[in-house]
Amino acid sequence: MSAPMNYLDGNAAAGELSRIFAMDLTSAEGECANCGSKRRFAEAHLYVQCPGLVARCALCGHVLLRLVNTQQHVYLDLRGMTYLTLDATQQQETSS
Amino acid sequence: MAGTAVLGRVTWRSATVVELRDETANARTIVLAVRDWPGHIAGQHVDVRLTAPDGYSAVRSYSIASGPNSDGRIEITVERLPNGEVSPYLTQELMVGDDLELRGPIGGWFVWRRDQTEPIQLVAGGSGIVPLMAMIRSRASGSSAAPFRLLYSVREPGAVFYRNELGALSDQDHSVIVTYAYTRVAPKDSPRPPGRIDATLIATDTLPSNLGPTSYVCGPTSFVENATDLLIAAGHGRENIRTERFGATGERK
Amino acid sequence: MAIVSRGFSGKRSAADAKLPPGQYLTTDFPVLSAGPTPHISLDRWEFTIDDGSNVLKRWDWKSFRELPTETVTVDIHCVTRWSKLGTSWEGVSLDVLLADVKTDLSYAMFRSYGDYTTNLPLKDVINKQAWIAFKFDGVDLAPEHGGPARLLVPHLYFWKSAKWVKGMTLMPQDKPGFWEGLGYHIYGDPWLEQRYSGE
Repeated sequence: MSAPMNYLDGNAAAGELSRIFAMDLTSAEGECANCGSKRRFAEAHLYVQCPGLVARCALCGHVLLRLVNTQQHVYLDLRGMTYLTLDATQQQETSS
Repeated sequence: MAGTAVLGRVTWRSATVVELRDETANARTIVLAVRDWPGHIAGQHVDVRLTAPDGYSAVRSYSIASGPNSDGRIEITVERLPNGEVSPYLTQELMVGDDLELRGPIGGWFVWRRDQTEPIQLVAGGSGIVPLMAMIRSRASGSSAAPFRLLYSVREPGAVFYRNELGALSDQDHSVIVTYAYTRVAPKDSPRPPGRIDATLIATDTLPSNLGPTSYVCGPTSFVENATDLLIAAGHGRENIRTERFGATGERK
Repeated sequence: MAIVSRGFSGKRSAADAKLPPGQYLTTDFPVLSAGPTPHISLDRWEFTIDDGSNVLKRWDWKSFRELPTETVTVDIHCVTRWSKLGTSWEGVSLDVLLADVKTDLSYAMFRSYGDYTTNLPLKDVINKQAWIAFKFDGVDLAPEHGGPARLLVPHLYFWKSAKWVKGMTLMPQDKPGFWEGLGYHIYGDPWLEQRYSGE
């Protein structure tokens, strides 16, 4: 029996990331700095049961993003992605 | 104003429980009245924060089960997890009239917008049905004619959420077609024995890839990985499959 | 200002006077991880001590398990605020592993299978303060809790007790590991509530 898969995905980081970014990051396409794969950030494997938030490339496991909330700061490490392409036309919310 | 709209989404606000509805023996729908609710898109979620008197707090994400509307109310459906810290409180302690802190709506990828015209394949594992139900409800209350199919995998008949509503929708409007896949215990009249979804079920009960559907897969992480692999093997492009994982046990924190 | 949720207390026991500031007692054993659980077969496992240039000591599983062990009962404190008292571990003391190592380097970076690292002053892992633990509660350490072996340094926050440990690199100066480089305190004394750097 394989080990339980203890990760979520980039969707679960949307709440934390929306405190920092005005545009939605989860639908952005990001390139992994390690293996070069281009995927939606929503598909990244997300580890949230640790003293921070760690997003890893679904293909190679490389850390794409790390986020830590302390009392006074938010620490964000995005070195694992070479770039992100965000959709500037998409509205963040509509009511109906 | 765009600035306040952004801040509104990310700040914690208070919501009041106005109704509670049991969905199954272990799951309950909580109807919340949220002041100044900006509205949401089907598939989005809220973060709910519970705070103990000594300041200890716990945050969990719950998909919004209701479709978009303008009455300032949203619904979430919570399943009680055996070792859960928050779900036992929400499914057993919480009462009408209590306040909950929440933030949202959150999410921009795992959403269905009414202006999408392509056929939609929904694949739900257990409580993964919740955001997909919001999409079905959104379609039902709008004018979209996009064909919807739902493949809903559950342990046993008693674990199905929204059965009556799903039945009514698929009866009245044949473009929402529902297939149940039971993994542990199937009803006597079930066309197949209990088991996980497999390539055969994908071939017989989901939209074929040549129709160009967008698929939404939601549930525990291992369910999502299995279902996604099967859809890709059936010819769907990865770019046309959107996924949302609920973790090993289905609890998202 | 958070709203207090009527009747909510979480999965915690009553507060205990022996806890470091800001901590809560837990009765279960939460699994926290920054990545997938690595599965290391015992015939590939090794623990090495190096100084950045040379490997000074190396053990495979067989030679590691021939070393003298201790069973210790300690309290552990996670920076995410849960504490677990009276936990029982069996492991090899770092005093044993470092017995023949002569160095004037004062710090160590512990490395794990996967990509996790954590830094410690050498003086905090000697003198009966640290172990490479392979049993918890008398049973082989489960993979999700760091098995086959993890570092155990109970006097500091538990992120310093690196799971799936595979070695230590001695260094002349302190350098931040995985969490220390992202806002967590370089040392991490729970009794001084050293959770975050500069706060």
